[in-house]
Amino acid sequence: MHIRHVSSSRTVRRALASAGIVGLALGAAACGSSDSGSGSSGGTDKIGVALITKDSSNPFFVAMQNGAKADAAKQNVNLTVASGKQEGDDQGQITAIEDAIARGDKGILITPMSTGVNAAIKKARDAGLYVIALDTPPDPANTVDITFATDNRLAGQLIGKWAASTLDGKPATIAMLDLFNDKIVSVDYNRDQGFLEGMGIDVADGKKNGDEAKTGKYTGGKGGDYTIVCNEPSNGAEDGGRTAMENCLSKNPKINVVYTINEPAAVGASTALKAAGVNDAIVVSIDGGCAGVKAVKDGTIGATAQQYPLKMATMGMEAIASIARGGTKPTTSEGLDFFNTGVALVTDKPAAGVDSITTDAASKICWG
Amino acid sequence: MQRLQGLLHSFPWLSPLILFVVTFAFFSILNPRFAEPGGISILIQQTAIVAALGIGQTLIILTAGIDLSVGAITILAMMIMATLAANNGVPGLLALLIGIAMAVAAGFLNGILVTKVNLPPFIVTLGTLSIFTAIALLYSGGSSIQQDKLPRLLNFLGEGFGPRGGLRLTWGVVLVVILYLIVGFALGQTAWGRHVYAVGDDPESARLSGVASKRVLLSVYTVAGLIYGFAAWALIGRAGAATPNAITDANLASITAVVIGGTSLFGGRGRLIGTLLGALIVQSFSFGLSLAGVNQQWRLLATGVLVLVAVTVDQWIRKVKS
Repeated sequence: MHIRHVSSSRTVRRALASAGIVGLALGAAACGSSDSGSGSSGGTDKIGVALITKDSSNPFFVAMQNGAKADAAKQNVNLTVASGKQEGDDQGQITAIEDAIARGDKGILITPMSTGVNAAIKKARDAGLYVIALDTPPDPANTVDITFATDNRLAGQLIGKWAASTLDGKPATIAMLDLFNDKIVSVDYNRDQGFLEGMGIDVADGKKNGDEAKTGKYTGGKGGDYTIVCNEPSNGAEDGGRTAMENCLSKNPKINVVYTINEPAAVGASTALKAAGVNDAIVVSIDGGCAGVKAVKDGTIGATAQQYPLKMATMGMEAIASIARGGTKPTTSEGLDFFNTGVALVTDKPAAGVDSITTDAASKICWG
Repeated sequence: MQRLQGLLHSFPWLSPLILFVVTFAFFSILNPRFAEPGGISILIQQTAIVAALGIGQTLIILTAGIDLSVGAITILAMMIMATLAANNGVPGLLALLIGIAMAVAAGFLNGILVTKVNLPPFIVTLGTLSIFTAIALLYSGGSSIQQDKLPRLLNFLGEGFGPRGGLRLTWGVVLVVILYLIVGFALGQTAWGRHVYAVGDDPESARLSGVASKRVLLSVYTVAGLIYGFAAWALIGRAGAATPNAITDANLASITAVVIGGTSLFGGRGRLIGTLLGALIVQSFSFGLSLAGVNQQWRLLATGVLVLVAVTVDQWIRKVKS
């Protein structure tokens, strides 16, 4: 994924607009097929679709599963939901892919765990299944037919810009709470590096966390000095976020900017900050789940980038059903190698130069 | 050399103690922050949950068993407590007691399967690992429950005392210390404790000498469940939420602590204090290497080397000529 330096607000509008257009096109295709279905028996055949998430406990994936289940009946889709046991369980996903092939499903919606599942995805496509990656683009992107995802890079850039603007020229002492640091996952580096790009920090290799200069100048907002204290793995969970934050604070208690991979990690981090008596740190995150939006509202998190997992799952399923009934294939958003399902910055403290929506608006469209 | 070997044999907790002191000194020199009161507080708080789970694991391993359902029972109890309180309006104390009772019931079920159905502990807990995890996910709907939706009692163990940046402990840490004192006393000073060791050493000769082996085994699994229930309570306070995603590595972490602590996987030999030291050693490596800016892979590698060194030393000690 290439690095973009265009104005984020323009990119958001463009992304949202293109999402709307393709959404309409998909909707039309789905309508068309169900119309023809009422005339002939073709459309009434149940289409088998497998939804394979990373785990079944992250609210993000739970929202995805529930949304897809609710929509499956309407689309006359036979949906099978499966997942890995936890983040990092490649084998669980591979088994689920093999099951889908054996079951004769027409397509697979998958949030790929890592490059470890690429071979299994290829096997599914060779067997004639249409594979859509949800949320996490695989590496390389053409491993699947198409990806329906949040632009994680843009999501990172939005919170980075907001953090830089909010600092108002003050020095930034930054803690980076990533997902892992022993595995390379695209969502991990896109959010992390996107955040730094948003801050206006040179990221060196844009696909590698932690290789940037540890000190220097950030150019976002009014600009100023920065220090990156740590890159710690949080596993995207509360207890991991807490341990990671404690480790970072032990290295440097003056941390005033905390990037977190997702809101559960942010909640854990803020527990650690509170315990250490640090009240003025800017915590930013990505996800936009209802709990996360609430955390922004009560000030635990300063700003979060909201994404729309329900839309990813339902649109993905509708696309597979449509293709199986002779409809057209979806295409990627303009300028991206995936189909962007949209992202918006949520905060009650808007910053100059960054478009955002309020927590009240965000809580109406949040998930989980 | 032989005198050292004899000494280590007479005091099985001595080698983990030496290892801990060496580890602590090493990381203190590497980064002075490690040994500052603030650093020590964090080390203790980070160790508490695994140390608590290690109590149950030690009891079971002393009987030559193993518990792979440690994490699953803890998550189950945690999600039951939190869901009851947050979604069903059950008062905090009642929700807590029901959660702990379910952990006890889960441990009891493991015990029944081991003693009455005569399945090996490894198989029993391999099965219940999946069953308890599934029940926790089904019951809670798989989502986390944030701290602010929970009554204060459930969050209480995350609250602390002591100066910020100084030696600050949480009530969760206090609870874990109390659990160590009680179970340590029961193992060392009561007939029940002697029976646990006897059953682990040789169940047949224990039975012949009048120990009700099966009843002792059943009690061990049930007590372990009780301890996991308390650990679940402490975990809510620590994570700031009840979440089915927590402590994914609980099983291996607790077994690692027990093994490094010098308890024999073949049963009948070991000390509870060793497990506490074992948990502290593993966490010292993780925290110390993190302070030194070392990546996670190396922390994992260090844990692996520690296990092998600890077991090798243990084997050597047991070769002592009596």
